[in-house]
Amino acid sequence: MSPILSISNVSKTYTSGLQALKRVDLEINRGEIFALLGPNGAGKSTLINIVCGIVTPSTGKIVADGHDIQKDYRQARFKIALVPQELATDAFETVATSVRLSRGLFGRPVDPALIEKVLRSLTLWEKRNDKIMTLSGGMKRRVMIAKALAHEPKILFLDEPTAGVDVELRKDMWNLVRQLRDAGVTIILTTHYIEEAEEMADRVGVISKGELILVEEKTVLMQKLGKKQLTLQLQEPLKTVPPELADWNLVLKSDGSVLEYTYDGKAERTGIPSLLRRMTDIGVAFKDLNTHQSSLEDIFVSLVSERK
Amino acid sequence: MSSEQQILGFNRYGVWAIFRFEMARFLRTAGQSILTPVLTTSLYFVVFGSAIGGRMSEVGGVPYGAFIVPGMIMLTILAESMSNGSFGIYFPKFTGTIYELLSAPISPVETVLGYVGAAATKSVILGLIILTTSTFFVDIRIHHPIAMIGFLVLTSATFALLGFITGIWARSFEQLSFIPMLVVTPLTFLGGAFYSIDMLPGAWRTITLFNPIVYIISAFRWCFYGTSDVGVEVSMLMTAIFFLGGLVAVSWIFKTGYRLKN
Repeated sequence: MSPILSISNVSKTYTSGLQALKRVDLEINRGEIFALLGPNGAGKSTLINIVCGIVTPSTGKIVADGHDIQKDYRQARFKIALVPQELATDAFETVATSVRLSRGLFGRPVDPALIEKVLRSLTLWEKRNDKIMTLSGGMKRRVMIAKALAHEPKILFLDEPTAGVDVELRKDMWNLVRQLRDAGVTIILTTHYIEEAEEMADRVGVISKGELILVEEKTVLMQKLGKKQLTLQLQEPLKTVPPELADWNLVLKSDGSVLEYTYDGKAERTGIPSLLRRMTDIGVAFKDLNTHQSSLEDIFVSLVSERK
Repeated sequence: MSSEQQILGFNRYGVWAIFRFEMARFLRTAGQSILTPVLTTSLYFVVFGSAIGGRMSEVGGVPYGAFIVPGMIMLTILAESMSNGSFGIYFPKFTGTIYELLSAPISPVETVLGYVGAAATKSVILGLIILTTSTFFVDIRIHHPIAMIGFLVLTSATFALLGFITGIWARSFEQLSFIPMLVVTPLTFLGGAFYSIDMLPGAWRTITLFNPIVYIISAFRWCFYGTSDVGVEVSMLMTAIFFLGGLVAVSWIFKTGYRLKN
């Protein structure tokens, strides 16, 4: 099946000289949920804004559902919706007015039944006649989502949909995204929460310093991310790892005073109890221990350094 | 025809959505929107019509009270068109909601039609309110009613368009009000709104002819009383050139993304 979105050789250098994107190539499959991960300033929003027509790319070509986003911008944009990261709302307007505007702007005829459905799905129906400025932050974010859904997009961009959102809303958001996917909408979301990607995405892309450094099926990436480390502070430093402990592939650090064991945090058996028993048996004592899971930041660092 | 086919040609739903959204803001404050011009007009009649007009004879065969009506309408039209035209596009820039317009399948022409159309419509409504209010104070004859309406619409659209450009250019509320307050309103006062430029001494008259608003007010007065300070054709042409100039500027803005896009 042809990809619904095809990004090729897209670069962006802002007039300030900042190179936000470097020759990005990416294909998004029809009907998938794609999570774009990356630290702040990595270029996630720039990429999204280019696809949506808000930022002009310096080079490259983007085709959305068969339409070049620059040459056939109308047909392309007709199918794309964006929920930006920043809360930006028509503060003085009512929820319904603002959502109706969105539908019209995107070339769709007035459809009160659809607007009602969208507002109800986001629990905004009761608030439809309230001015947006009177709503809470979470409600405002729902309004922005309602605006995006009001024109029945095929491709939906959610830029940091759950940043600064409470747990309940985050769960709602995840459910909504799944429902949309079931209805055939392709969803591209950015996040810096690894759990969010884990929970939602079919595939994950990692972007760092303007480069797309990895695109992977979620399950594969999660295995890489699932690695944990056990660090043992030894009573007495060792010169080498004792041969009795060879099965665990331990690494000796800090002049022999620290033993490090890397294991799969999601595995049925981590190997920790047996390691500790064996150490006791052979008389290697430790005074402290801790476990550490690689953070997204660590993964970025290792991915970037691997490329060098 | 499906919306998808429809959008290939002209995004009429988009134009209508912008127009309706912009008009809604005007209608929400309808009381204030209507009361202000009524009150202002009445005050102008008290000050200029009665206090000053009582000491003035006719101007070009027209009683002074009636003479000032076209200028008074233009004074409001020019300022209101500019501020409505600029506010409509500046406010989304200010709040950040402009992202939606920029990502929508709507062309520059359609965007301008929506925003400028709404701003111009508001101005025309205000102009007609002032005209109606004036009839309570003075007798008004309109020699060329069709030309009057046409010119009212053209001027409203032209200044709404200039306002729209100002709204895109402005980076702050100060800049937003700079041109209407410090350029257009003074030029309107000096543009023969309340006097005929024939009344000025020679040198000042020549200087005044460099003020484009002189031509607008003069042509509008011609629509009412059939007399004018300068040639009507020149006036109409000047206004049309303004309008076209505005269109060229707007198309350049959208082409380059000036102060809209990165």
